[in-house]
This record gives sequence, structure tokens and C-alpha cells, in this order.
Amino acid sequence: MNEAVKLHFLVDGEDFTSAGQASVQVKKSLRQLGISPEIIRKVSIAMYEGEINMVIHAGGGEADVVIYEDRIEIDLIDHGPGIANIDLAMQEGFSTAPDNIRSLGFGAGMGLPNMKRYTDSMKIDSELGKGTRILMTVNL
Amino acid sequence: MTVHEMAKTLELTPLSVTDGEREFSGVYIGDLLSWVMGRAKSDNVWITIMSNINIVAVASLADVACIILAEGVTVDENVRTTAEAKGINLYSSEKTAYELASMLARIDV
Ligand SMILES: Nc1ncnc2c1ncn2[C@@H]1O[C@H](COP(=O)(O)OP(=O)(O)OP(=O)(O)O)[C@@H](O)[C@H]1O
Ligand SMILES: [Mg+2]
Repeated sequence: MNEAVKLHFLVDGEDFTSAGQASVQVKKSLRQLGISPEIIRKVSIAMYEGEINMVIHAGGGEADVVIYEDRIEIDLIDHGPGIANIDLAMQEGFSTAPDNIRSLGFGAGMGLPNMKRYTDSMKIDSELGKGTRILMTVNL
Repeated sequence: MTVHEMAKTLELTPLSVTDGEREFSGVYIGDLLSWVMGRAKSDNVWITIMSNINIVAVASLADVACIILAEGVTVDENVRTTAEAKGINLYSSEKTAYELASMLARIDV
């Protein structure tokens, strides 16, 4: 693989029932590229958590996934409300998810911690009222 | 042991069986989806009472061998068809999560 493979997705903030589609597509693409199952699992879980967060907390966004020879980068950008306190948001159990979302099984406050756990690096940039950008890297 | 053999032993009701020959190992029980994403392992049997459409994506990405809906929980038809389309084994049972898990503990070697 000499050329980097680039995937781009629009994440719909309205349609909660199809949330996760981009992650499922990434999983498929990585499988076609012959990436190992452990790496596929890490990338697709980290991406799913980020994708769901954009749907639940930010009204949707965009996702770019680039597969290089030595790493996979996942770049998530939204124009939602931003995260007031990133350290707090990163703690296991912290969630601002409303009750209707909790009744679907989300809102345990484990999404961001999972993204950190399953990636080799994770950087969050967020500004209140402007939006959030999360860049994650998984080494191959 | 295959998912199909396990399902027969536990007398599960099949809702979507796309790969009954898949081997399972280990069990994860939980309803909070990010806990499942963080803690379930590949090839686990996942027992839950959560029945909305999002369980299909979670099962696919966490790469579990099958979902068992415990306590007689039912799903909408679109959940069943989505599971079929995405290649997810989905079963239901009247038994509690505890009863299912203790039966699985006896056969999962
Ligand atoms: N893209 C985002 N925009 C705005 N706020 C966010 C975003 N992502 C996360 N947050 C905030 O950070 C909190 C923690 O996120 P995290 O994913 O860990 O938990 P959760 O989404 O609430 O629950 P879970 O992921 O377990 O279903 C959220 O409740 C929300 O307040
Ligand atoms: Mg989350």
C-alpha cells in the first residue's frame, strides 16, 4: 500500500436509528484492505463512540479516516455546543446525556474513555459554542 | 462450540441466524452500550435486555458471536431484519440473564 486510503463521511445528526453507519463502513473497508481483526476492532469501536457522540451531543458532524502504511487516523469534526471541561468529560461515568438517550443504552459516560483506550493517541480541541474536533491515531 | 449448538442447548428462539457455525467463547452481560463496547471481547455471547436498533451496530463493531435477548424481551421487525442484513446472530429467551449465564458456564469450555 503506497498511497494513503482516504474515507470521508457525513454523520447525520437527525437520524438516530442509523447512527453508526460510518463506523460500520470503515470496518468493511479495513477488512477489504486486509487489516488485522484486532486493529479493525480498535478503530471501529473508537470511531463508533465518536460518531455516536456527534449524533447525541453535537447534532452531527463529519468524519475523515485516512489509512497510512504505518497508522490509521480518525478525524471527527462537529459544530455542536463544544465540551466545557474536557478533563471532566474524559472521566469514566461523566455524562450529560438526557433521559431519552439513556433509555436507549447510551449515557454511561464511557465513550470518550473507550476512545482513549482503543487508540494510541487522542487529541481533543473544543470551543464552547463553536464545536469539537477529535483526532485519534491507531498505529499499525 | 458453535452458536447454533449453544442455541439448541439453551432452547433459544432464533430471530436472525446468519452464521450459526461461528464458534463462541466467553460471555458478556450488560445493557449500557459503551460498557459493552469497552468490555465485551471478540467471540463473546452478549446477553442483554436492550432491544433497540443500536444493538446491531454494537454487536457488529464489538465483534461478538451473537446477541441473546433475555427475560422474554422482544424486538421490532426492523431490528431483526437489520441484524440479518448486517450478519448478526440474534436470539431471544424467556430465561433470565443469570439462568442463561449459568447454563453457558456449563457448556463454554
Ligand atoms: N462531540 C461532542 N460535543 C459536545 N459534547 C460532547 C461531545 N462528545 C462528548 N461530549 C460530552 O462529554 C460527555 C462524555 O462523553 P462520553 O462519550 O464519555 O459519554 P456519553 O456519550 O455521555 O455516554 P456513553 O458514551 O457512555 O454512551 C458527554 O456526556 C457530553 O457532555
Ligand atoms: Mg458517548
